[in-house]
This record gives sequence, structure tokens and C-alpha cells, in this order.
Amino acid sequence: MFTNTNLMEFIFGRLSWNSLAFTHDPIILATFVVVVLGGGAVVGAITYFRLWGYLWNEWFTSVDHKKIGIMYVILSLVMLMRGFADAVMMRAQQAIAFGENQGYLPPHHYDQIFTAHGVIMIFFFAMPLVTGIMNYVVPLQIGARDVSFPFLNNFSFWMTTAGAVIIMMSLFVGEFARTGWLAYPPLSGADYSPGVGVDYYIWGLQVAGVGTTLSGINLIATIVKMRAPGMTMMKMPIFTWTSLCTNVLIVASFPILTATLVLLTLDRYVGTNFFTNDLGGNPMMYVNLIWIWGHPEVYILILPAFGIFSEIVSTFSGKRLFGYASMVYATVVITILSYIVWLHHFFTMGSGASVNAFFGITTMIISIPTGAKIFNWLFTMYRGRIRYEVPMYWTIGFMVTFVIGGMTGVMLAIPPADFVLHNSLFLIAHFHNVIIGGVVFGLLAGINFWYPKAFGYRLDPFWGKMSFWFWLTGFYFAFMPLYVLGLMGVTRRVNHFEDSSLQIWFIIAAFGAFLIALGIASFVIQLVVSFFKREQLRDTTGDPWNGRTLEWSTSSPPPEYNFAFTPVVYDHDGWYDMKNSGYVRPLEGFKPIHMPKNTGTGVILSAFSVTLAFGLIWYMWWLAALSFLAILVVSIAHTFNYKRDYYIQAETVIATENARTKQLAEQA
Amino acid sequence: MKLIRRLSALALPLALSGCDLVVMSPSGDIAMQQRDLIIVSVVLMLLIIIPVICLTFYFAWHYRRSNINAKYDPEWHHSTRLEVVIWAAPLAIIIALGAVTWVSTHKLDPYRPLDRIDANRPVTPETKPITIEVVALDWKWLFLYPEQGIATVNEIAAPIDTPIEFKITGSTVMNSFYIPALAGQIYAMPGMQTKLHAVMNKEGVYEGFSANYSGDGFSGMRFKFHGMSNDNFGQWVARVKGQGSALNRDAYLKLERPSSRVPVTYFASVENGLYDAILNLCVKPGQMCANEMMHIDMMGGAGKDSHENRKRLEYDTRWAADAGPGATHPATGHGAKEPTQAGGVNAPAGATEGHEGHGAAPGQLNTNPKP
Repeated sequence: MFTNTNLMEFIFGRLSWNSLAFTHDPIILATFVVVVLGGGAVVGAITYFRLWGYLWNEWFTSVDHKKIGIMYVILSLVMLMRGFADAVMMRAQQAIAFGENQGYLPPHHYDQIFTAHGVIMIFFFAMPLVTGIMNYVVPLQIGARDVSFPFLNNFSFWMTTAGAVIIMMSLFVGEFARTGWLAYPPLSGADYSPGVGVDYYIWGLQVAGVGTTLSGINLIATIVKMRAPGMTMMKMPIFTWTSLCTNVLIVASFPILTATLVLLTLDRYVGTNFFTNDLGGNPMMYVNLIWIWGHPEVYILILPAFGIFSEIVSTFSGKRLFGYASMVYATVVITILSYIVWLHHFFTMGSGASVNAFFGITTMIISIPTGAKIFNWLFTMYRGRIRYEVPMYWTIGFMVTFVIGGMTGVMLAIPPADFVLHNSLFLIAHFHNVIIGGVVFGLLAGINFWYPKAFGYRLDPFWGKMSFWFWLTGFYFAFMPLYVLGLMGVTRRVNHFEDSSLQIWFIIAAFGAFLIALGIASFVIQLVVSFFKREQLRDTTGDPWNGRTLEWSTSSPPPEYNFAFTPVVYDHDGWYDMKNSGYVRPLEGFKPIHMPKNTGTGVILSAFSVTLAFGLIWYMWWLAALSFLAILVVSIAHTFNYKRDYYIQAETVIATENARTKQLAEQA
Repeated sequence: MKLIRRLSALALPLALSGCDLVVMSPSGDIAMQQRDLIIVSVVLMLLIIIPVICLTFYFAWHYRRSNINAKYDPEWHHSTRLEVVIWAAPLAIIIALGAVTWVSTHKLDPYRPLDRIDANRPVTPETKPITIEVVALDWKWLFLYPEQGIATVNEIAAPIDTPIEFKITGSTVMNSFYIPALAGQIYAMPGMQTKLHAVMNKEGVYEGFSANYSGDGFSGMRFKFHGMSNDNFGQWVARVKGQGSALNRDAYLKLERPSSRVPVTYFASVENGLYDAILNLCVKPGQMCANEMMHIDMMGGAGKDSHENRKRLEYDTRWAADAGPGATHPATGHGAKEPTQAGGVNAPAGATEGHEGHGAAPGQLNTNPKP
């Protein structure tokens, strides 16, 4: 390829004017215009208000786990908008494309949309939101001042962002994969998907995967090594437990994804035959490998949500969590079992009956610890005194919705039943039932729960409840019809139907998507309204919900160093125990605090990762080589950075703590 | 089982009032048993799900803060007795369901020949099954009837109450062969063969389609399944023979090219060994069959000579030459293949069944193995 004498091709690779998607698709052109105008407005505003320095110094280069956590959440909410826009387009297409009407999305476009929807919602909405909340909450819950590797944390965030940027780029430059979100070969191989779409997919996930894996390692180390004195494993808050298990899953499963995608990359770039039809390739191997990662992935998402619900149920019932130990065991059992169920995603591939039955039964076994968890939440409410704040609404909504999803999941786990339900809209309804009803509800509950901790004021409850009711009803309207359609034998990823009797169900589903849109809008309004009403909603105590774990013992928002003195834990629910045993906040004896220093290396490495990926996707080998070199140089140079820590002077700590003392005194 | 019938008889009219839930009211015995399994599992699970949902609402209501009459016990967090129940109840359900799963998965294994026509009629030695070979193409279905010597595109017919043995493969990417009224689906994969045994019990025309996304033309990859009486089936075969053209290798290679929403097409005759050639990726003249290569490998490989075979085994790039330069393999540079010389070793007639195990290789190959 370097012998190519054509200079243009050497410089631009496969990229040409025609690659710019908005030059020939009015829908993308409109999106592009909106993005340019919106992005321009944001950049203009930041410049006008001279915020670039502030953003760079205080946020982008920050190694503070709290700020990184917040940036993760912002990234995920931005990507939610994109992923949801894809969902709305699909619902609209399926609601109108009947008989003569081909709808407004030709297969070429529609196929990209359902692929992008899946990829974005899983990798760039749910994952960053989970990671963001863990990042924010876990160090506070265990009484630590930061994570174990603060720079790594910043770098992880920026790698995830780089992945998101690569995926978003495909919207305007070139195209995205048309393969479904797991890109099964041979369809995703070089012969049947020759364009750049699958390459965008591969490099977007690979770059983001670096971030995810490193962040997993970081949080495991943090939880294992940095707990407050007295906090033994069996005294850890349950959210920290679920976070630990999730990060173990991340560290153990993401390398499989990376390796699988490397094999696919080799097939596409250098002509190996791992997953081709010919020359001994075996596409079934890819399907196995990708699901060996893919099934733990769904538990990576749901376990932290379980943890969030546990904290919320216990807090708002004013009661210790029922069956803490069995909750921990259930979480660990789920973690282990999640590795031996992957084959249930393809019973229909023709494995023997014993293999299918084995994986079907292991799948069902997971429902035992999950069921135990549901009962534990139930009996936490039992003899409680339940306060109906917004997070509790989400929790009740979850408990009712999730068990339905669990039931349909077990139905799908019975191989012969799966033969008639696999790949149907019933399956789609099932996994949205558990992902929306479980993960999304949990994360939104978590945002409502911890928002006052992060920003010092509560979120407006009225718009929070509006958001909840729209999401809940929207979910039922959007996905119950899909269960019915699945039983009518309607399969997924279809962009046009002949049978007009199906249409009414798709229209109901589209209406459900509209209600969810209102739910998302209400959430955005909630953020805005709360910002303007922040004085009314102000939390001066640091403990707005009468909380139970250590994060509520510090101020809202917490100081940069989280805790002036490392707390000592004697029982579960450390803060609740401290409150009950007459804990007195120390007012003197403050010492300088050793903290990590900000660095821009993460941003720079992430930017070069984007150009590296771009070069590889478009065959601009010079760009890829230079970017790779730059990454090496910057990484090595960073190791010579000795200015990586500093002390917060005792005076600063005293000033901060005195201000808090005054604030608490005013409260009393 | 009678109980299930009754339950479904109660539930179905309600559900069916607005739409045709084909999965819940199929017409083939296999799909019927799969339907029953869905009902059994739902009933079993509702035993625990309904109490949970009711308890959730009850606790949520009863223990609300404003209800000061409800008992409040903030330190109550453990009860061994309750925990045993909490773990035992789901366990009991799963043991029951697990047993059902083990038995039914074996009984309804798509590879297992049928032992009954429906609930009351067993398969007897006199019952003569019919074989249909299914090929998923971009983006249409090809059905070959080896016993009748005919083939069709996007239409399939079979006599009712006759066990059908489907042998299923594909030409390029993964699809899934699914006729909801007849039986569950199974993947159709190139270079591999899956099997499905099923029987249709009611005359009628049923929908069939691909249930696994396979690219641009996927949405139109539908066909009709005609369940017919024996006589009608005979007439249908005669009609196909009367109207159809011949399906030889050339015709297949033309048919194999990507096309969507292809009208029903009949072929009056099928070239000998075509299905095996499709399965072994060697319809194109000059290609070496996959099973031939496997046999060579099994005999210890061809050593340095295998380099000669490589080109004849390349399959995925077979259309590269006419897709324009660089369209398929721009990165790897191996791009368009040289036109292969015709007259090489062709697909042996009567080749063995692909991946079903290494059967005896065709005689002519034995001249080639490495000592």
C-alpha cells in the first residue's frame, strides 16, 4: 500500500468528498446543520464567557474522582440524546412502513440506525453513566480521598470520550456499521461489509474499551485497598459491593471483547481467516467469543443498579437493608454465574440438546439470587417508614417492571421456547424491559439520589415525578406491544412490513417512544428548573435524605479532599451508626492533605487516539503512524512528569472546615 | 398436559381477539409443543411473580410514612427463617422448570427425528418422511426437493401429517430459517449444515422468513409455506415440473447474486450434487470443496502442495472481480481474484454431508493425500 503512487490516495486514503454523508442524505444534512449550529453556539458561548481556561484547568485536566464522575455522567446524557434520536427514527419508520409505503428510511440508512442505537445505548450511554456514578460515589462511600490511580481515572474518561467521538464522527464522515450491534461475521467481514462502517465500530469500541478496562482496574484497587479503617469487606455499603463485582466483571470480560475485535480487525485489514467462510474460518467462534464478553456485560450494567436500589430502599424506608449478607452472596453468585450462560444467546445455532439444556438451566439459576434480591428489597420496606421522594418512585417502578422482564427472560432461557421467540420482537421487549426497567430506572434513581451530594442542592421533585411517570408509562406503551408482536412472529431489524394488521401495535409503540421523549424532556427541565431554584432546594447539611453511608457525612458538595479526617467505621451503614452513637465532628487538629495534581496528558492521549483511529479507518497510514508515535512519545514523556502531587495547606483545610461548621451551626 | 390445554383455551380467545398470535396458536406439532412449554413456564413463574408484585404494592402502601399505625422497626434486618424461604421459593420453581427444560430440550431437539405426527398419532415405520434442503441466499430462499428432483425460490410446500426433514445451509452470511406456524427456527450458515425436523398438521398457507438480520435485503426475505394434502402436493410438484426451468450450476450462480424481493420461481430439475456443492462452497467451476480439503487435512495435510489449493478454496471473494477494483479488499490488497481456470477438480457427486462428521471422501481424492 505504500507503493501507491497516487498522492491524493496516499494522503486521504479512502476518504473523498463523497464520503461526507451529508452531501447526499437530507436527513443527515439537517442533523449536521443542527449540530453545527448547536455546537457553534456552545463553543461561542464558552469563548464569550472566557470559560476555556476554567474548563481546562478545573475539569478537563482534573484528576478529582468527583469531577471525572460528573463528566462521565454528562457524556452519557449527551449520548443518550443521540441514541434516543435513533430509537425515535426506528419507531417512526416501523410505524409507517407498511404495504406500498416504504417509509422514509431506506435499508442502507435504517440498518446503520439500529446498529448505532444498540452500540451507543450500551457502550456510550449506560456504561459511562454506570462508571460515572461509581466514580463519584464509591470513594466517598468507603471514606477515601480519591481513587487509587487518579491520573488513570482521567485517562480512562478521556479514552471513553474518544470512543464516543469516533462513533459520532461516523454520522457525518462516511457511514456506520450495518451489521447489528455485535457485528456478527461473515456479514461484518471485509467481503460482505467492505466500507468504513465496521471499522468505525471496531476502533470506536477498542478505544473506549481501553478506558473501560483501566477504570475497572482502578476501581477494584480503590475498593480493595482504600477503605476506611474498620470497614471490612462485610461492612462495605452494598453499592460498593455491587461496584466491586461489576469492576471484576469488567476486568475479566473486556479483554475478551478486545481480543475478539482484534481477530475481526486482522480479518478485515490483513486478510486472515479467523471468521471467514472459506479457508478454515469459523464465524460461530466469533459469536461464542463476543457473547462470552456480552453476557457479563449485561450484569456489568445491572449490578450497580441493584446496588443503587439497595441504598435507596434502605434510606427511604428508614431501615437497615434486610439480609445484607445474602445480598452480598447473591451479588457474588450472579457475578460468577454470568460467565457460564453465554450460549443462551444462540441456542438456535444448532448445538446439541445437552449443551443447550445446560446453558438454559444455568441461566435459570441466575434468577434465584436475583429473586432473593427482590425479596430482600421487599422485606426492607416491611416495617419501614417509607418516604416517597423521587428515588423511591423509581425503585417501586423498577421492582414491578423488572420482575416481568425477569419472567420473560426465563422463558427465553428454555431452549425450545427460545426457538420460537429468538430474534423476535419478544426478545427486544424482554431486554428493554430489564435494561430500561432495571438499569435506566436505577441510574436515574441514582442521579436523583446523589445529585444533592454532587451539587449542593436537591433536584426539583415535581419534574422528577413527571419524568418518572412519563418514563414508566412510556416504557409500557413502547414495549408491551413488542411482546405481542413477538408472539405474532414478527422478527427484529425489519424496516418494512406487508401485513397491515401489525401496524396498530407499532403505532402504540411509537406513542410509547413519544412518552419516553417527554420523560427525557422532563428530566432536562428538572435539571434546569432545579438550577434556577437552587437556593430553595439547597442542602446545607450534607445529608439531605437522612442517609446511612459515609458519603452523607461530608458536606454537599464535598471539599476537594472529601474528608478532613478519614472516618472510622464500626458497623454497617457507617454514617447512620455515627449519628446514632453521638458522633461529634472534629473542629481542630487539621493537617495538610496530600493530593494528586491535574494533568493534561489524558486529553492529549485521547486526542491522538482519535486521530489514530481515524487514520486506520480511512487507510491514511501516515496519520495512523504519526498518531501512534505521538501516543508513545506523550506516554513516555508523562513518566518524567514529577510534578504530580501537592499539599492542600492546613490553613485551607481549616478555612473550609470552619465554613462548614458555621453552616451547620446556622442550620441548628 | 390437559390442564395446559384448558388454560390455553381460556387465555387464547382473549389474546386472539385482536390479532393472530401465531406463536401461541401454531399449526404444526413441534410448534404446538413449544407453545405448551411457554405456557407451562409462565404459569410456574407466575406462582412467584404475582405474589411479589402484590406484596410490593401492599408494602409500598402500608408502610408509607403517613401511615403511623404501621409498625416501624428500623433495626429489624435479619430473619433466618425468612431468608430460607426467600432462597428456597425461587429454587423450587427453578428445579421444576429446570427439569422441564432438560426433558423438553432433548425431546424437541431440532436434530432429533420425530416420533409423533401429533399428540395422538405416533410415527410408524410405514410413515415416509420428506426431505427438503434449504439454502439461504442474498436475499431469498432456495428450496431443493431431492426426492422429487425439483427446486423452488421463496415458496415451499409439504404434505401435511408427514414428517419433514430440513437440511439447512446458506451462501454468504448467517440467516435464520423460521416458519412460526410449523416449528422453531434454526440458523442457516454458509459452509455448515443445520437440521430441523417438523410436521405440519393443518392445511393452509403460512408465513416463513429469515429471523436473523443479513444485510440490505433482509426485510424482504420472506416466503410462503403451503401445507397441503398428499394429492395437492403431488399436483404442486407436477406444476413445478411443468413450469420450471433447470437448476444447474450456472443457473445457481446467477441466482446466488444478491437480489431482493424475488418472485416465486420454479425449477423443474436440479443438477446432481448441487446441494452438496453449495454446502461445501464449491459450486463455482474450479473451486475445491471444503469437505475435500477437510479430508486432505484429516489424512495429514498436503504439505507444501497445499499452496496450490489455496486459490481454489477462496470463496468469500468470488465476486470481487466484478465489484470494481478495490471494492472488497482495499486494505489487504489481495483484491480481485484472478479468474480461476475451469476444469479443475469439481465437486464430487454424492459428496458427504459437510460438517456432520468426516465421512468417507470421494474415491478420486485418494490419489492426492500425503503419505
